[in-house]
Amino acid sequence: MIEVQDVYFTYPSGVEALKGIQLTIRNGEFVAVMGQNGAGKTTLVKHFNGLLKPTKGKVLIDGVETTKVSVASLARNVGFVFQNPDHQLFSETVEDEIAFALKNFGFKESITKRRVTWALNLLGLTQYKKTSPFMLSGGERKRVALASVLAWNPKILILDEPTIGQDYQQKEKLRQFILQMKAQRKTVIIVTHDVEFVAECNPRVLLMREGKIIVDSEARKVLTNSEVLTQASIVPPQIAQIFLQLYDFELPQNIIDVYEAHQILLKALEKKAK
Amino acid sequence: MSVFEGLKFRKVYSPIHNLDPRIKFVYVCAIFGVAIIFWELLPLITLFVLQLPFVFLAGVRRQWLRSMRGAAFLATIIFLTNFIFSFIGAGYIVTAKNLENAVALTLRFIVLVESFSVFFLTTSPDHLGLALEQTRIPYEFCFAFTTAVRFVPVLAEEAQTIMDAQKARGLELERGNFLKRIRNYIPILIPLIVSAIRRSLELAEAMESRAWGATKKRTNLYMLKLHRSDFALIVITIGIIAVALYVRFYVAIPSLNELLMGSS
Repeated sequence: MIEVQDVYFTYPSGVEALKGIQLTIRNGEFVAVMGQNGAGKTTLVKHFNGLLKPTKGKVLIDGVETTKVSVASLARNVGFVFQNPDHQLFSETVEDEIAFALKNFGFKESITKRRVTWALNLLGLTQYKKTSPFMLSGGERKRVALASVLAWNPKILILDEPTIGQDYQQKEKLRQFILQMKAQRKTVIIVTHDVEFVAECNPRVLLMREGKIIVDSEARKVLTNSEVLTQASIVPPQIAQIFLQLYDFELPQNIIDVYEAHQILLKALEKKAK
Repeated sequence: MSVFEGLKFRKVYSPIHNLDPRIKFVYVCAIFGVAIIFWELLPLITLFVLQLPFVFLAGVRRQWLRSMRGAAFLATIIFLTNFIFSFIGAGYIVTAKNLENAVALTLRFIVLVESFSVFFLTTSPDHLGLALEQTRIPYEFCFAFTTAVRFVPVLAEEAQTIMDAQKARGLELERGNFLKRIRNYIPILIPLIVSAIRRSLELAEAMESRAWGATKKRTNLYMLKLHRSDFALIVITIGIIAVALYVRFYVAIPSLNELLMGSS
């Protein structure tokens, strides 16, 4: 469980990035942090594994205050995948790359091997086992970065912009994977600008603006509330836009799911045909 | 990183920022030279104080102090080595002269850092590039130089991000013995180098697609021209050099110790 108690954070340069964040994320929740650039999204999630410590207030991970322990020991429970995979890849082979964290955490050799194989398999990287990570394409490097964190099976997983540079199929795989994590009662937190991806996953959404959380609700409610979306400079997902424009036809306004939209439109058309 | 902070340019306007970088550079070199020809405390103190109006006029006090703090570590080493060796040389006794000598040599270093810090804090990389170009250095070299200067802060920031990313994967930089600690930096250095190379390739492609080097004769939007204040600085520089040379050759500089003794 992540508890954020009235957290303020100011960067050494004097920029006040977080202004009084109050938040609880329970185990097994799937949360998307959204908001325009500079709203404080990444600053907030960097508090969850202790990379940043609050200037004022407290962050507790499973009851442990982040200021009291090292990043490495927090990382055992909180996996953080950075936006740019090039900021972490350094090994000679993909296999070594994935084993790096496991070695840091002192896993036994046999367990390390098993976990690496598992992670390679999970993200479809087995064929690149012996390849240098630098030879892979952007999307593949991103998957290696993800695999290198998943390998130690953290309880909480934070993904910073996981959908950037991924084609639709990979995004769909990512979605399936997150749902799978959720089924295992793991907490998944994503930081993203990808409205369509959020609409498809329907997580709990934290909408941020200027260092504050302005809305905290389910995606269906947030992404169809044009008033708050304008405040956070976010365009509603395409499905929601269609329904907003069909306002006069007395259709429901809180639709973001393709399947649901299909059903409703079909019914409306059938009614009209009669 | 704090040393870099002290050299990072911020765009503000002040009489010092508007000075011609070429003249400013000559001035800094003059101060450098003068600091080298003196080893007595009094003239070095004068040199140190002489720079302060520049710092205040340019309004870069905070950043300048930070660069001074960055230099403090090296200054301490210089002081200690000088002091310890003269201490041994004097036959294991502390004399006022030894102490003064060590302070003077440390101050010399501080004067050097001070003047260069003021130069870099008040000169934009663009101006620096222009200055190089107008002294007829081939444009390729000027460009390489200004790009390198410009990318220092970017690289420093990137190093921080990489450190964060590796810490998040359980890397502990402070763990293990001396050799292990050095090895701990491999996961940080490799991504840093790789991304720097990757970035430079991207930069080269972006530049080529914007017709870099299409014509032999490039024109500039701005040209450097000498203004009245630049001539004033030239006069000041010549004045400082003249006075310094005169004092060096014709005046016996008293040590601070002698002065104090004389007055008491």
